[in-house]
Amino acid sequence: MIKININGVQRDIDAEPEMPLLWALRDVLHLSGTKFGCGMAQCGACTVHLDGQPVRSCVTAIGDIGAGKITTIEGVSGNVAETVQAVWTELDVPQCGYCQSGQIMSAVALLSENQKPGDADIDAAMSGNLCRCATYARIRSAIHEAARRLEA
Amino acid sequence: MYPKIFQDQSFAKPLASLVSTRRSFILGTVATAAGLAIGYRMTGPARAEDAPAAAPVHPFQPYIAIAPDGAVTITSSQFEMGQGSYFGIATLVNEELGADWAQISVEGGAGNVAAYGNLAWGGAAQGTGGSTSMTSSWERYRKAGAAMRIMLVEAAAREWAVPASEIKAEMGNLTHASGKLASYGEMAIKTDGLVLPAEIPLKPREMWTQIGKVDLKRFDSKPKTNGSLPYTIDVQLPGMATAVMIHPPKFGATVKTFDAAKAKALKGIVDVVQISRGIAVVAENMWIATKARDLVTVEWDESKAEQRGSPEILAAYREAAKQAPANMARNDGDLAAGFASAAKVLEATYTFPYLAHAALEPLNAAAMMKDGVVEVWGGHQMPDLYQYIASQIAGVTPDKVKLHVMRSGGGFGRRAVFDADVVAESVEVAKALDWSRPVKVQWTRENDMRGGRYRPAYVHAMKAGLDGKGNLIAWANHIVGQSIMTGTLFEGMAVKNGIDFTSVEGAANLPYAIPNLGVGLTTMTTGVPVLWWRAVGSTHTAYAVEAFLDEVAEAAGKDPVEFRLALLKDHPRHAAALRLASEKAGWGTTPATGRFRGVAVAESFNTVVAQVVEISIPSPGAVKVEKVICVVDCGTAINPDQVVAQMEGGIGFGLGSILAEEITLTGGVVDQGNYDTYAPLRIDQMPVIEVHILPSENPPTGAGEPGVPPIGPALANAVYQATKKRVRTLPFAKGLTA
Repeated sequence: MIKININGVQRDIDAEPEMPLLWALRDVLHLSGTKFGCGMAQCGACTVHLDGQPVRSCVTAIGDIGAGKITTIEGVSGNVAETVQAVWTELDVPQCGYCQSGQIMSAVALLSENQKPGDADIDAAMSGNLCRCATYARIRSAIHEAARRLEA
Repeated sequence: MYPKIFQDQSFAKPLASLVSTRRSFILGTVATAAGLAIGYRMTGPARAEDAPAAAPVHPFQPYIAIAPDGAVTITSSQFEMGQGSYFGIATLVNEELGADWAQISVEGGAGNVAAYGNLAWGGAAQGTGGSTSMTSSWERYRKAGAAMRIMLVEAAAREWAVPASEIKAEMGNLTHASGKLASYGEMAIKTDGLVLPAEIPLKPREMWTQIGKVDLKRFDSKPKTNGSLPYTIDVQLPGMATAVMIHPPKFGATVKTFDAAKAKALKGIVDVVQISRGIAVVAENMWIATKARDLVTVEWDESKAEQRGSPEILAAYREAAKQAPANMARNDGDLAAGFASAAKVLEATYTFPYLAHAALEPLNAAAMMKDGVVEVWGGHQMPDLYQYIASQIAGVTPDKVKLHVMRSGGGFGRRAVFDADVVAESVEVAKALDWSRPVKVQWTRENDMRGGRYRPAYVHAMKAGLDGKGNLIAWANHIVGQSIMTGTLFEGMAVKNGIDFTSVEGAANLPYAIPNLGVGLTTMTTGVPVLWWRAVGSTHTAYAVEAFLDEVAEAAGKDPVEFRLALLKDHPRHAAALRLASEKAGWGTTPATGRFRGVAVAESFNTVVAQVVEISIPSPGAVKVEKVICVVDCGTAINPDQVVAQMEGGIGFGLGSILAEEITLTGGVVDQGNYDTYAPLRIDQMPVIEVHILPSENPPTGAGEPGVPPIGPALANAVYQATKKRVRTLPFAKGLTA
């Protein structure tokens, strides 16, 4: 039994330690907002926070998390997250929406560290998150807009 | 995907015989096979076909149901894969219905071709493709909304004993000057016995408050920002198992023998079964299934497999391109005489690779049998066909197959497959398990990337002749490549006189006035399965045409925009889009230092798009697309901001393919397996995009695909300005350095 703090709750997961966090979240805990896209940290659809830092859950083994605190799209909260989600909706960023949990987790992590990211900062923080619908122009606009609102 | 296939009556007949549960339904009539007019359902099944057979059925129930609490459920004939079809349809309904957007939800319909058949395809089959969703829905869903409003108003008029003309219907409420007020939900249960007028009037354009409204936001964005929107991958059913597929490494190979002893010893494994398309490793969850998969050994029979690599396939195409075309798709004037009289002749050959759709949600479907009914969850883009195929596999009649139409995480054409693909796999696996439990087949990224159904590889041999004054007097385009339709159920309808129209669209309908014009096709056969890929034929034809035309304009000593405009006299939509794009881009002015421009225009799916790109060259061999000006004429833009979104997305999707995407094969085996080697566009490569929608009062045409075709040639033409290199082999990662 592996114990992990997920969204502020201590969860017991009956699985082998090498099981990727992605599948523990999705198939064991039924937290399906975190998406599978590639399985090798190439697309970012599975991005969650480990102690506030964005990580790819598809290559993070549950046995390696220890006392680290995991936050998923279902549990992300606070001013930054709420602002990002609100702006994402207002600008109609998503098309299919499948990658957007991961995009939002990456964006929230970026804005939590950097209150006024420039375009180069956005490129660096977000280029690990693929969007096959190519909603990138709106993702960029939404991050800038969220930064403006958080500053106000 | 295309009108021509489905308008063919010989297609309608076989399909009509497939589905026996169809209700007869004609918009504007009240009598139905099942009964009559009650415009609501109390609870439970949201779709007409789910309703108990004895329940009364309202003629608009296939499209709109209003619950007593006021919830408006719209059933969409069109599949939602991100392109906004549900929003577009809801906008059409609500323009006429006048509900509160907060009350509206949309779900996918299936199993009722009379109600949901794609009208752009003659209504013969339900399906989404060829950017036809708004064309098909334009009258149908506005009339459905208007009819529902009329029923509600009539019910209120009867209830309150006032003239219907004095009742207002807006924001989900019916009101009368006397102070009477009722919600749509309250009045929906009082429509019994009302008869609709034979003619259903629609609001005139000047009265619209929803259609064409720039600031109307999608109703479905929020659940896409908090992880709550369910996709097929998220389907959870009691006792459900997950299956991971082992497909043949080469297309056309089959299972000879397999050994699953080690896999079956794993804790959590359910079974390892052989189905027609390979081996399914079934386990309690995805992780165990993936681990178990690696323990299965399979011996393949490759006697009928494609063994060639893509270099050999393309070499054969290039060789064929040097010969005369097998068939002519267009032959105007006298080509030989035209070239004989030309003062200058140009030739160029373009090579296009296989491309993968690579949608973010890897293909999947879930199936189970309950009480003799097979239920299938998936991205059912061609539901009538999938319902039939599922019934054949399961050995039940089609009315015993119930499809749950899930929204998909992208699609780009990949979810519309003639053999139902992963949908068929899910039913096969569930059957192989003796229907003992629900099973979801979830492809890995590698299954998806190596699963075939690619945009076909093509070679275009281009030849143009100019007279002494620089007039374009002869144009020959020989297209060589694989047919999407040949060998499928639709071959008889889609391939005429040796021409698969999906191979030549964008080339055979060339808008330019050229007196001697020939477009030929030589169809090649390979074992690599191919499919439509966002914008289909125009993904390669527009590049060959518009990039080559740039060469021709240069040889004629003319400006690329002026040269095109002179040839577009009979195509005012093309000319208008091109003019506005060049104006907005400052065409004719000198770009900033280090910036270079290129232009292209293309029509696809009855929509015209012109683009001007501006690039820089950050280092030799590298290209940065800085800015794209995009002008679109798509008729009436129902949701202008979503037309903009589709242009932005189409440009990004197309640009990624032009820059770096390529599926290659070595000895019959696909080289790419994941996003590390197959590289769609990322945010750091996304240009600034400015979209202008040409005002139009014409009915809506396509929006989902037409943004894709012009970006490649516009970029190629800009790159030439910067580097004096004509890129004729795609992707640029290969062609720019070749």
